Amino acid sequence: MSAAPGALPATPAERGAGPPARAALLRSLAPLAAVAVALAIGAIFIAAIGEDPLSIYALMLRESLGTGYGIGQTLFKATPLVFTGLAVALGFRAGLFNIGVEGQLYLGGFAAALVGLGLGGWPAPLALALTIAAAAAAGALWGAIPGVLKARFGAHEVINTIMLNFIAFALVSYLGRPHFEPATVRTAELAAGVHLARLDTLLPALRGSPANLSLAIALAAAAAVGVLLFRTRLGYELRAVGLNAPAAACGGVAVGRAQAVAMAISGAIAGLGGVNFVLGYKHFFELGFTAGAGFLGIAVALIGRNHPLGVVAAALFFGALSYGGLVINQRVPKELVEALQGIVILLAISAHEVLDRIARRMR
Amino acid sequence: MELLLFLAASLRISVPYALAAVGASFSERGGVINIALEGIMLHGALAYTLAAYWTGNPWLGLLAAVVAGVLTAALHALVTVVVKADQITSGLGINLLAAGLTRFVLIQVFHSSSNSPRVVGLPEWDLFGLRRLPALGGTIAAPLMLIAIALTLGAQWLVFRSVFGLRLRSMGERPEAAASLGLSVPLYRTLGVLLSGAFAGLAGAWLASEQHSFTDGMTGGRGYIAIAAMIVGKWSPLGAAAACLLFGAAEALQITLQGSGIPSEPLQMLPYLVTMLALAGFIGRAVAPRADGVPYDPEKS
Repeated sequence: MSAAPGALPATPAERGAGPPARAALLRSLAPLAAVAVALAIGAIFIAAIGEDPLSIYALMLRESLGTGYGIGQTLFKATPLVFTGLAVALGFRAGLFNIGVEGQLYLGGFAAALVGLGLGGWPAPLALALTIAAAAAAGALWGAIPGVLKARFGAHEVINTIMLNFIAFALVSYLGRPHFEPATVRTAELAAGVHLARLDTLLPALRGSPANLSLAIALAAAAAVGVLLFRTRLGYELRAVGLNAPAAACGGVAVGRAQAVAMAISGAIAGLGGVNFVLGYKHFFELGFTAGAGFLGIAVALIGRNHPLGVVAAALFFGALSYGGLVINQRVPKELVEALQGIVILLAISAHEVLDRIARRMR
Repeated sequence: MELLLFLAASLRISVPYALAAVGASFSERGGVINIALEGIMLHGALAYTLAAYWTGNPWLGLLAAVVAGVLTAALHALVTVVVKADQITSGLGINLLAAGLTRFVLIQVFHSSSNSPRVVGLPEWDLFGLRRLPALGGTIAAPLMLIAIALTLGAQWLVFRSVFGLRLRSMGERPEAAASLGLSVPLYRTLGVLLSGAFAGLAGAWLASEQHSFTDGMTGGRGYIAIAAMIVGKWSPLGAAAACLLFGAAEALQITLQGSGIPSEPLQMLPYLVTMLALAGFIGRAVAPRADGVPYDPEKS
C-alpha cells in the first residue's frame, strides 16, 4: 500500500491546479491550522476541569520559553524529536511509513551504552566517536530489516516495523539483563570520556538544564538530510520513488534498493537519537527510556511537512509543549498534553486533506 | 489435567485478541486499516470500568464499552472515510489520544494516575451445565468467552456468506466497481470500521472485567497483536481467531515458564516473528485486500 501519508508534498501535477502560489500557501497552512484547533480543544478540556485556559497556556509559554532554564529544558525535550522526526520524514519522502522509529531509537541507545561500557579504557575522542557510530549502526540495522523485506518480498513496512518495535523491546530486555546493575533495569554509568557535554558549560544562561551536545548532532543530521534529499542523486531517487515508484523505475531507479537504503538511513537517524538520553543526560541505558519519542516523531514529521527545517521547528514546538505540560502538572494533569499530541496528528492529516481539496478546486 | 489447565489459560488469554482481531477483519475487508484497535480497546476498558463503578452493573459496563468502542471507531471513520486522510496515521493518532485521555480521566475521576478502584466483573453463565466441565468449566462459563465464540462464527458467516459481506469485501477490493453498482462506498466502509470498534470495545471490557479494574495502559500492545493475528489469519474472522489461539498459547506458555529460569523473551517475540514470516510469504502468502488502506476518492481517480 503506497497510500501517501497526509503531509507529502503536492505532486507537480497537483501543483499545476489553481493559482500555484495561493494553492501552495493554502496547503502550507495545514500544520498551523491543526495546532491552533488542537490548542482550542485543549482549552475546552482545561476549562472543563475548572482552570483558566489562557493563564495555563501563558504559564506554559513563560516557563518553557521565557527563562534560560526553560529554554534548555525545551531544547532537551526537542532533541530526540528532531532525530525521530527526521527519520519519519525521510521515510515519507521515499514513500515509506517508518513506524519502527521507536524501536530503532531504543536499540540505538542500547548499542551506545554497550559499546560505551566496552570501550571504557580507550582514548576519549575515539571511544566517543565509536559509541555514537554504534547508535547509528544499530538503528540502521533495525531499519534495514523491514526495508529489505519490502524490497525483496513486498512485505508491508508498516506492519513489519510495528512488529520490530515489539521485538526490539523484548530483545533489549533479554540482551540487557547481564549488563544491568543488580535489582535495576539500567546499566552501569558510562566513563566520562563518552559523555556528551551539557550545553550549560558553553552557555551559562541554560544553567541546570539537561540540554547537551546531542542537539548539535541533531541539527547536523537535519542539515545532512536536507543535503541528501535535495542536493544528491540518491536523494533525488528517493523522492522520485516516493512520488511515483513506477515512473521512477521507468527512469532507471532501482526502486527496491532505494527503499531499502531509505529505511536503513531512516533507522540510522532514529538510532542516533538514543545518544541524547544515554550519552548526554543520564549516562546509562535504562529500559523504556524512549517513552514514545519515536511515535511522536510521526507528529513532528507531519507538522514539519517532511522538510528538515520544518522538522526542527516542529520538534521545538513539541519540546516546548512537552516541558510546558510538566510545568502545569499541578493544575492540569500533564496527560492532557499527551492527548493533545494525538489530536494534533488527527487534525494535521485532516486539515491537509481538506485544504488540498479546496486548493484543487481553485483551478 | 495440566494440559486442560494450559488450554484453559490459552483460551482466556486469547479472548481479547480474538475479539479485536475478528472485528478488524470487518474494517480491513472494507478497505480501512484499523491500527486504532489499541486505543479503542483502551477506551472500551475505561468505559466498562466507569459504568461498572457508577452503576455496579457489569452488563451496563459491557454496553458502555461497546458504545465507547463505536464512538472511537467513528472518529477513525470520520478521518479516514469522510475526510479521506491516511489510515495508518489516523490510527496512530487515536492511539496516542487514547493513551493520554484515559490517564487524564483516571486522574480526574479516581485521583490516581495508575489504576481505578475495584469494580465488579461479569458474572459466570451456567449454560447447559458447561460450568461443571473439569478445568475448562470456569473459562467456558465466562460470558464474553461464549460471546466471543458466537461472534467469531457469526462474523465468518457475515463476511463470506451474506450479501452485506459480499458488498463489504467489494469495498476493500474494487471500490470503483462497487460504486458503479450504486453502492455507497463511504457507508459500507464506515459500517466496517464501526463494527470493528464494537468488537474492540468488547475486548477492552473483557480486560477490565477480568482484572476488576482499569490500569493505565492495560491493553499493553494487544491491539497491535490483534492486527498481526488478523494478517496471519489472512483477513478472515476464523483465521484471525485461530491465530489468536496460537498467540494466546505462546503467552500462556510464557506464564507457565515464569520462574523456571528459562528466559521468556524468545516466546514474547514469537507472535511478531510469525507475523513477519507470514507477511514475507514463508507461511502461506498473506495478501491484503487490494484496496485495503487506499482512501476512496472519486475526485482523484
